[in-house]
Amino acid sequence: MSEHVSSLKLYIGIWITLLIGTVLTVVVAKIPLGPFNAVVALSIATIKATLVVLFFMHVKYTHEKLTRVVIISALCWLAILLALSMADYATRLW
Amino acid sequence: MHTSPPATVEGVAHENPALLHHFATEEQQKNAANLGMWVFLATEIMFFGGMFFAYLVYRYWYFGDFGAGSQSMNVTLGGTNTAVLICSSLTVALAVRAAQLGKQKMIVVCLILTMLLGLVFLGIKGVEYHDKFVEHHVPGPSFYFPGHVPGHVNIPINQQHAQIFFSLYFIMTGLHALHMIIGVGLFAFITLHAMRGRYHPNYYTPVETAGLYWHFVDIIWIYLFPLLYLIDRSQ
Repeated sequence: MSEHVSSLKLYIGIWITLLIGTVLTVVVAKIPLGPFNAVVALSIATIKATLVVLFFMHVKYTHEKLTRVVIISALCWLAILLALSMADYATRLW
Repeated sequence: MHTSPPATVEGVAHENPALLHHFATEEQQKNAANLGMWVFLATEIMFFGGMFFAYLVYRYWYFGDFGAGSQSMNVTLGGTNTAVLICSSLTVALAVRAAQLGKQKMIVVCLILTMLLGLVFLGIKGVEYHDKFVEHHVPGPSFYFPGHVPGHVNIPINQQHAQIFFSLYFIMTGLHALHMIIGVGLFAFITLHAMRGRYHPNYYTPVETAGLYWHFVDIIWIYLFPLLYLIDRSQ
């Protein structure tokens, strides 16, 4: 099979990075940053999610282009859901 | 009606018994299964997306009450659960790797570890739910959540708005936990097959697709943890 087999080192490295990210979110949450607390927490979560998708879910090594199409479309639909609905709720008092 | 095409003796001997007749190659069959799981995960993103949006709207409207609700969560247990899920994602990734390399025993060991970590997660979640019941933080007639909005000592918590926070907490973590239970069930089934030596470097699709599902459930928790437990800790 031409299947890509990731090295044990890579998996352990990603695992440690994810654990460090978790500790980092908990620590940063206690520092007063105003609205940026949410921004930092969600940015760290997004970095962690991206690492999981690329390396644990093997998207970085997949040859199947349709997989990427499905993932990107799913994210676009989510963006449409959040952005258009929020445009309604956030402007109701205008 | 379909009848099997006549195959030569060599043809049968070299054929992978896991390759179904409607696929041309093993790789095509594997790609189709993986793509199917990704399409399912896309629908799951929309399923959880609706709940994340509900959280966003109510948090925007009832900011202080959501802050107070979030501060009542146990960060130690929530953080431990995040670490437990990340470890289980690693063991799933290692199970897939073991299948790619044909290490039969290693697949079983990694899958059993994954199920154990999944059950530890559910156990800790159960302890957290129990605490919420004891504290009367469960929405309903006996709901009781005294105190004031974080940063504003003279503004008491609005009981109805706080119940919306706890409703969203129980719905989102509850549906996440349901996904975990389904995942543990899938892995139990796959572990049985792995023990019988059904997976080898030419066929390990169930391990891989169930792994994709498990990683997705991990990603949902990666977002739930900061949103429900952490965002209002600095006040």
